[in-house]
Amino acid sequence: MNSANSQAQTLAQKIIAKASGKSSVLPGEIVTCALDMVLMHDSSGPRRVKARLEELGASVFDPSKVVLVSDHFVPATDPESAEILALTRKWASDNQIAHFYDMQGICHVMLPQQGHLKPGMFLVGGDSHSPTGGAFGTFMVGIGATEMTGALATGEIWIKVPETIRINWTGSLPRGCSAKDIMLFLCAQLGMNNNYKVMEFGGDTIRNMSMYERMVLCNMSAELGGKTGIIEADQTTVDWINNTGETAPENALTWVSDDDAKYETVYNFDASELVPQVAAPHSPENTHPIDSFEPIKIHQAYIGACTGAKLSDLRMAAEVLKGRQVAKGTRLLIAPASIKTTNAATKDGTLEILTDAGAIILPTGCGACAGMGAGAIANGENCISSTSRNFKGRMGSPDSNVYLGSPYTVAACAVAGTLADPRDYLSKD
Amino acid sequence: MSDSILGNAWVYGDNIDTDLLAPGAYMKSTLSELAAHCLEAIDTDFASQVNKGDVIVAGDAFGIGSSREQAAQALVELGVAAVIAKSFARIFYRNALNLGLPVLFCPDLEGIEKGDVIAVDPIKGVVENKTKGQVFTCEPIPAELMAIVNAGGLMPFLKNKFNKQ
Repeated sequence: MNSANSQAQTLAQKIIAKASGKSSVLPGEIVTCALDMVLMHDSSGPRRVKARLEELGASVFDPSKVVLVSDHFVPATDPESAEILALTRKWASDNQIAHFYDMQGICHVMLPQQGHLKPGMFLVGGDSHSPTGGAFGTFMVGIGATEMTGALATGEIWIKVPETIRINWTGSLPRGCSAKDIMLFLCAQLGMNNNYKVMEFGGDTIRNMSMYERMVLCNMSAELGGKTGIIEADQTTVDWINNTGETAPENALTWVSDDDAKYETVYNFDASELVPQVAAPHSPENTHPIDSFEPIKIHQAYIGACTGAKLSDLRMAAEVLKGRQVAKGTRLLIAPASIKTTNAATKDGTLEILTDAGAIILPTGCGACAGMGAGAIANGENCISSTSRNFKGRMGSPDSNVYLGSPYTVAACAVAGTLADPRDYLSKD
Repeated sequence: MSDSILGNAWVYGDNIDTDLLAPGAYMKSTLSELAAHCLEAIDTDFASQVNKGDVIVAGDAFGIGSSREQAAQALVELGVAAVIAKSFARIFYRNALNLGLPVLFCPDLEGIEKGDVIAVDPIKGVVENKTKGQVFTCEPIPAELMAIVNAGGLMPFLKNKFNKQ
């Protein structure tokens, strides 16, 4: 172990080492980690784990470390959804789950909004966008429901220590570009098969980003196929936590990679050269610059989900929509990511701008992104969406087309009624 | 786990995602209903014509997308005995092994066509195309996971663990 001890560590290695009770770990090692917190939602949570836990005769290892969020089948639109939500509530109560958020927001947004994420934590979530939590200097991975049963019963999980890919961005993002454009660009550049790798984002572009935008980077690490995404903790991270009413740990700023940590690959990109990106059907890696697209008809513009309906996303859309109208023959649907998001957007005037433009405000939840809620699309329709995935049939008919873009781009398309470049709708500064 | 997997091949390309395997619109339905729509967006014959013991052969990133375990469970429900692919999305890979569905990384699967008779030895990591007389070498399942796979999945594995306590 001496050779391992002397090795410089990436942030992911440091967190895994702590969680597995070791001083250091090496990529490829299989270790068992103690869970600092577990995140579940109504779709993959109680309805999938309740019977299995009972079959094992096991109870939840620590109800104070479980966050449960109803966000997929909300609000119930039929008896099946209503039953799933009722089961979720009952299970939360029966198991004395400390943090149960019933229809209050999307799980990946609720976790940081409520101050649960602190640098250095090791977490699992029963959802593939669990990497979002890595924006707060945590190591958080997505798992399936049988695995979740094991995690809840034992409070631990095995993982193979991953290698880390470092992705540096330097320079200022041009007007009309956002973290979403960075991630769509990376899906095209790096592909979606970066399996078992941690995507660590750094550089001054990232350091200057808000936590909301950092969350987009880690969130869409799932689309890169990564094990998770991660960003080193800094003062922005600490300030966020302290603003939630929680207190950042004293050692928060120590959760960074060592200067001489070994990365599998290091990529360097210049943010100032980025242009707005759009993913064409049916894959995020089918991404191209907006100016390479024909102005195809857009039937539905959708702003929603963990990836693209936070307060920052609604504000981006409002910048484009201010004083403008959604095109005739196009519908703009907006499902804010949490109740607090809706509340804040009401107080700061954002919501008024959106609805003045003709936007239709939908209930908070995962909604049409997961093909479960309001906003499904019909055969032959084209949708531009601020969400993360455009797999065939994901938002409705298998013969519909989903394009992905930033909230700026989605709003611009809503006004134009076609694919459109958001830079044509924004002031220069 | 079955030591002799023998069935017909269903051949697909890269990036077979979880929305194709377990479409969101049917996620609140029963498993058998959901399974009836497995892969229908790209192959309307699969769910109705796949036979017990059949093998899925695919390219890179099989199972990419959601963490929904039903993506693997639908295949088990339909009787699929193994998935062999160039690579798997990591959550799907764990879900499949946790459900006792053998999944093997095979860098080269050139020449296998739909309907070919395929034999899979998941322990040795050997795939044989009996129709064409081809033999392919796959990555064996890591030793640490074999305990789970041999138990028939994570639930039987956990039961053993809890019964011992």
